[in-house]
Order: sequence, then structure tokens, then C-alpha cells
Amino acid sequence: MGLGLSALTRLAGSKVIERAGLRKPVQNLVSAGTRNGFRVAGAAGRTFKSAQKLGKPARLAPAEDTGLFDLTPSEDQQLIVETVTEFAAEQLRPAAADADAKLHAPEGLLSRAAELGITLVGIPEELGGVGTERSVVTNALVAEALAHGDLGLAVAVLAPSAVSTALVSYGDEQQQADYLPAFVGENVPAAALALQERTALFDPFKPATKARRTPKGYQLDGVKSLVPRAADAELFIVSADLEGRGPALFLVESSNSGVTIESEPAMGLRGAATGKLHLEKVALPAGALLGGGKAEVFTEVVRLSRLGWAALAAGTAKAVLDYVVPYVNERKAFGEPVSHRQAVAFSVADIAIELEGLRLVALRAAARAEQGKPYAREVALARKLAADKGMQIGSAGVQLLGGHGFVKEHPVERWYRDLRAIGVMEGAVLL
Amino acid sequence: MINLEVPKKAGTLINQAYQAAAEVFRPISRKYDRAEHTYPAELDMFAALLDGLNSSGEGGAGAAGVRRSEKNEKPGNRNGSNLNIVLGTIEMCWGDVGLLLSMPRQGLGNAAIGSVATDEQLKKFSGLWAAMAITEPDCGSDSAAITATARLDGDEYVINGEKIFVTAGERADAVVVWATLDKTKGRAAIKSFVVEKGTPGFEVVRVEHKLGIRASDTAVLRFENVRVPKENLLGTPEIDTAKGFAGVMQTFDNTRPLVAAMAIGVARAALEETRKILTDAGVTIDYDKPVHSQHAAAATFLQLEADYEAAYLLTMESAWMADNRKPNSLQASMAKAKAGRSVVEITLKCVELAGTLGYTEESLLEKWSRDAKILDIFEGTQQIQQLIVARRILGKTSAELK
Repeated sequence: MGLGLSALTRLAGSKVIERAGLRKPVQNLVSAGTRNGFRVAGAAGRTFKSAQKLGKPARLAPAEDTGLFDLTPSEDQQLIVETVTEFAAEQLRPAAADADAKLHAPEGLLSRAAELGITLVGIPEELGGVGTERSVVTNALVAEALAHGDLGLAVAVLAPSAVSTALVSYGDEQQQADYLPAFVGENVPAAALALQERTALFDPFKPATKARRTPKGYQLDGVKSLVPRAADAELFIVSADLEGRGPALFLVESSNSGVTIESEPAMGLRGAATGKLHLEKVALPAGALLGGGKAEVFTEVVRLSRLGWAALAAGTAKAVLDYVVPYVNERKAFGEPVSHRQAVAFSVADIAIELEGLRLVALRAAARAEQGKPYAREVALARKLAADKGMQIGSAGVQLLGGHGFVKEHPVERWYRDLRAIGVMEGAVLL
Repeated sequence: MINLEVPKKAGTLINQAYQAAAEVFRPISRKYDRAEHTYPAELDMFAALLDGLNSSGEGGAGAAGVRRSEKNEKPGNRNGSNLNIVLGTIEMCWGDVGLLLSMPRQGLGNAAIGSVATDEQLKKFSGLWAAMAITEPDCGSDSAAITATARLDGDEYVINGEKIFVTAGERADAVVVWATLDKTKGRAAIKSFVVEKGTPGFEVVRVEHKLGIRASDTAVLRFENVRVPKENLLGTPEIDTAKGFAGVMQTFDNTRPLVAAMAIGVARAALEETRKILTDAGVTIDYDKPVHSQHAAAATFLQLEADYEAAYLLTMESAWMADNRKPNSLQASMAKAKAGRSVVEITLKCVELAGTLGYTEESLLEKWSRDAKILDIFEGTQQIQQLIVARRILGKTSAELK
């Protein structure tokens, strides 16, 4: 240890790395090295202060069905999307490269995002929010707009809403009174929906994390993977198999003993500060079970989460399209813009076509979900397109820039890495 | 209010089109695939019913064309004839695309007349079954390069030239012919003319033997000094080089969603049949279980269904935009490109998944995969659609991006 440290010190003081501009990357290397495999306790959580509980849980009403095909967002939606788009362009995009390198969002960014009030739209008025009806479409448009700025940071911004939305939709009056006041307050807690696990061919309906009934409630054991903002999160919703009877969701506070966090940097989504959530003999009260452990609640959470990823994919894929168009128009080869070649132009056309298709399929699923119609099929198809076409678009983005796409001077290599998450990820976001 | 479901009020129309497709088209589908060039007489009675649907003004299952009238328009979201025609066409082509193309008075020429004719012309040509003749032996996608000519002589135009690949060219009562008034003036001089059967000098040279849509006759036509009244020119006779090609090309904004709808119908038929075959074979398709944990055939099916869904919604979008008077050239080409390539991929994959059950003539899967290919070719090939999309997205002219 001593020797290692002294070598590092000498390296850090070396004029050579200063001149070569290498100091920053080396520091990052060191910090990732100490983070990787190093476990810390969960974030020192607040004590969630309960509000007066309501007589029955507050829910958002389903959206109305006009019976007409319509692709025009409502005025409210246009306003929200405009605001979020601006935020994504001014706050997320410029911070994205740095967050990617440092594995976390810059100081203050996420609290500024919370001030946008994205979470409030999904919380009913009775509970201090501003929501009046289910707004899956609005949530999809917001996710899309954020991901146009940056996918990793979008996930970081949306992570707490996944938890608050689940509490609104499935929490009982006590759970809503215990936790939702914090989400409508000044200082919105970091929170995360943790479904993902470390296994090939992961099926969210078959979690390896186990929940056992105890005289006082439940005991959880297992490891969750790629949990956004894991180290900062004060509240988790965790999936676990309840005594062999299938998956159920549990509310886990970071201060629970047995909760530890391990940094888990990945190919992409690095701005989301993903981590492993270790659960070792975590004792939970009986009131920690969400949605009564019902199978349909769990199924809905999985579907609405997948829909979230599809919307995110559409946003980042649009970022790719918007970036490659001016590039191929300006980049010259053989005396004219490369976009004058069909091989290049058709690749751009394909991005546009597949993106629009993906977007429409995701929106259809969202509209069906908020109207209370069956939407399993539509979500499955949106997820398939998001995984396949999203990645295809990410890959085409790098290809169209050639060598310039491969270096970090341009963001397309980051989008390439981020878009691979679609199709892998379960949970984390929820519309 | 974003909603991507079929409009409620279209329910009756869809149901009628579905009944017709199931009761009229499907039972004779194989018969006319085998008996190429035989007129499906069963369609006559049924065509009368469609005429009724189209004259209702809300559009039916065929090619009523699109009239962009400005009167009596309420503000706000409209679900009108474009969506209805697309929805009707999907159902009918779920039945049989070749037979839909053989429907009397539902030709693409009718769509052209419906879209660009003046009110007087509309009256004059009502009840006529009109085919569309654009392609020539030496010019296909570059329709600006057509060589057929129309020369004004007194009160008549004199038309000369040869046209190929004319759908319903033998059976239709008339043909909408694209010809140039003046070759030196380029695309702006290209106009369309209604030429009725029996006009001296107008001859059907032969009908083609084809890969698919065999129920539909595809003709080679010859025009030798064919004289038509000058009122038969659709749109304006002026050669406006500034506006260029707009007049005749406008038709495509309305017909491309229709061809996309045909592709959707065929793709839907193939997916439904394949789902049945796979279910019988013990393969379940699960929308919640991760794709990679399912049977490979189920995973393939999900991928095909996802492409189908994207193509379907792109088609709906382009028709909805037309209903709401939004320029839809880009979306129409996107829909056509996606639907055209998807229907080929879907139907061919379905044959592969179904094995001999799909490849033999016992099922219609092999027929649908032969029919499908034309849908990625006519009304603008896949490559032409990509060119149009690319030019729009990149902001390029046809001179820059060739």
C-alpha cells in the first residue's frame, strides 16, 4: 500500500503528465480504481417525516379517450416539453461529457432538474403535487426531451420520479403519507427503482433476490445491478422473489442496516452513477411491501419501465440524427459534401425513418397505458424497436462521422455506448 | 391529446371492409393467383357497394383521392377520408392485394382524378374506372424523363408514346397518361391526360406474367396519334417552371400512404397466419418475457411484429397529416419505405418460420410473400423513397443529391 501510494504521488507530481495534459484522466483512473469493488454504506438517509395519512390512497384518474387519432400534444404538454427541451440543451448536453468521465452529475445539476417539477406532475394534488390524471404520454415526452440532452443524466434526473410514480400508483395510504411529502418538498431525495440483477438473460419476473417473511415483516437478501444514483439514493424500490411465489416490490431506505453500495461503472449511462445495491439480511417492516405484492402491480411496473427506456431511446436517437445532419452536410470528400452520396444519405434517411417509427410505437403504448387500455403488446414492440433500431441508429451515428465519431471530441461515441443500455436495462425509470 | 388508436367512428367502415375481405376476397384469392389474366367476375357486384362508400364523402376502401377543399372546415383535429381510405385498404389487402388492385373504379388513376381534377372534370369522369400510366420502357423512377408526348392541335391533344406496368391497364375504362407538352421545358411540362378506352390509336399491346398480384392485370399500352379533348388534361395546362412538377407529383402524397396501407394489410395477414401456425406448433409469443428467453421463432415473430407496428403507425401518421392539411410528403415517403421493406421481410420470414406449411400452395403465405414484393417497388421504389426522405432531412435538391 505504502509503495503504491508513493508511486502514485510521484506520478501525480510529475511534470511530464502535466505537460501532456494527462493529469485529469489519470486522476479519473485513480478515482475509478478506488471506487470499483469498494463498498460503502448506503447514503446517510434522512428520516422520512410522515404527513397526515389520507383515508384511502390518492390515485391519478385515467386520461380520457377522445376516440380520435391525434398526434398533437396538448398545450400543457407542449409547454412542458419546451421547458424540458431547453433544460436538456442548456444544462444536460454541456455537462454530459464531464459526467460521463467522472461517473456522476455535476454539483447542483440534479437539484436544478428537481426544481423543474417533473416529479410533481405525477403526484396528485391531495398529496402536494400538481397532477390531476395519469400522464404517461407527458412522462414519455419528458423522458424523450431529457435524453436528447444526455441519456445518462436523463436517467439520473428521472430516477426519483420512478419511485414517486410507483408510490402514487401502488402505495397504500400509509406509504404515501410516509414518503411522498419528501418528493414534493424543497429537497427531493435521490431514489431508485432497482429491478436489474447481475445475470445473463435476466428476466425481471424471476429475481434472484429473495424476500423471506419474518415475524416483524420481511428480510431481503440479494444484489441489484445498475441502480442509478445508487450511492446517493435514500430510498429504493427493490424487486425480490417473495418465498417462491414470484416477484414483489419492497420499499428499502438506504439507512437500513445490511444495505451497502458498490460503484458499478458500465459502458454507458455513466452520468447516472450506476451502482450495485447489496442487500444482506435487510430487515424490513411489514409496511415495506408495495402494492400488496400483487403480480399485476409488478407486471405493470416492468412494462412502464420498459416504456420509459423506449422513450429515452427515441430522445437519444433524435440527438444522433440532429448531430449527423449538419456534419454530413459540412464534411467534404471528393470535392463535395459527403451527404451528396447515396450511401451516406440513405443511412441518414434510415435513421429518420426508424426513429419516427420507434417514437410512434412508444407513444401509442403510452397513450393506451394512460387511458387504462391493455398495453402489454405495444410496450413489448416499443422495447424491441428501441433495442434494435436504437442501437442501429447509435452505430450509424458513429459510422457517419467515421474516425471523428470514434473520438471523444464528438458526442456520438457516447450515444453509441448509452444506446446499448436499451434492451439490457430493466427498472430505473418508470413512466 | 395524443392518441394513436383507430378513430372510433371508423369502426363500421373497418368492419364492412373486413367482412368483404374475409367473405369475398379470401375465398377466391388462390383461384385468381392461379388463373392469371382471368377477370374476377365476383368483384362486379362488390364494386357497386364500394361506389356507395366512396360517394358518402368520408372515403371508402379504395382510391377516392383527396380533395383539399377549404370550405366547411372546423378547426381542430380531423379524422377524415385519408385515414378512412387507409384503414379500409388495410382490411381489404388483408383479404387480397391483387384483388383490391382489380376493383373496378378503384384504380390509382381514380386517385389521381380525385386528387387533381377540377370540379367539372370530376363530374365528367365520375363512374369511370381509371388506371395510371407513368412508366415507360426506358424510364421508371425518373418520371421527369418520360418521352410520351402530348401536342395541342385545335381543341384536342395528340398523344404519342408507349407505357408499361400499367395496373388494370387492360380492364380499366380509361387511363391517366403522363406525357410532356414540351420536352425542352423539363418536368414542369409533364401533365396527365385522361384517355378513354376505344379512342382510336390507343392499343393494349399485352399483359404481363408476374411474380405476384396475379389477379391484377398489368398491361403494356401503346398510343399512336391518340386524340383527346383538351378538357381531358388534369389540372392546369400552363407550364410553370417555378412550380415544376408539383401538380402531378402531388398525387403521390396521397397514393403513397395507400400503397403503404396495402403493405400493412398483407403483413398483418401473414403475421396472423404465422401466429396460428406457431401456436399449433407449441410456440407461445409472450409480450412480457424477455425476447432472448423465448423460443427463437417467437423472438423472430416479435421482431417482425415490431416492424409491422412501426410501419402501420407511420402510415396512419401520413394519412392523418393529409386529413389535417399538413404537408406530408416526408411522412408519406417514410411510411412507404418502411411498409414496403417490412412487408417483404415479414412475409418471407413467415414462410421460413412456417416451413412447408408456408412454402406450399396449401396456405396463402407463399402467395403473400410473392405479392409483397411489388409493394416495395410501385408508386416509388424503396430507393426512391429513401432519396426523398434523405433530401428532405438533409435539405438537398435533386441536383445535389442524385
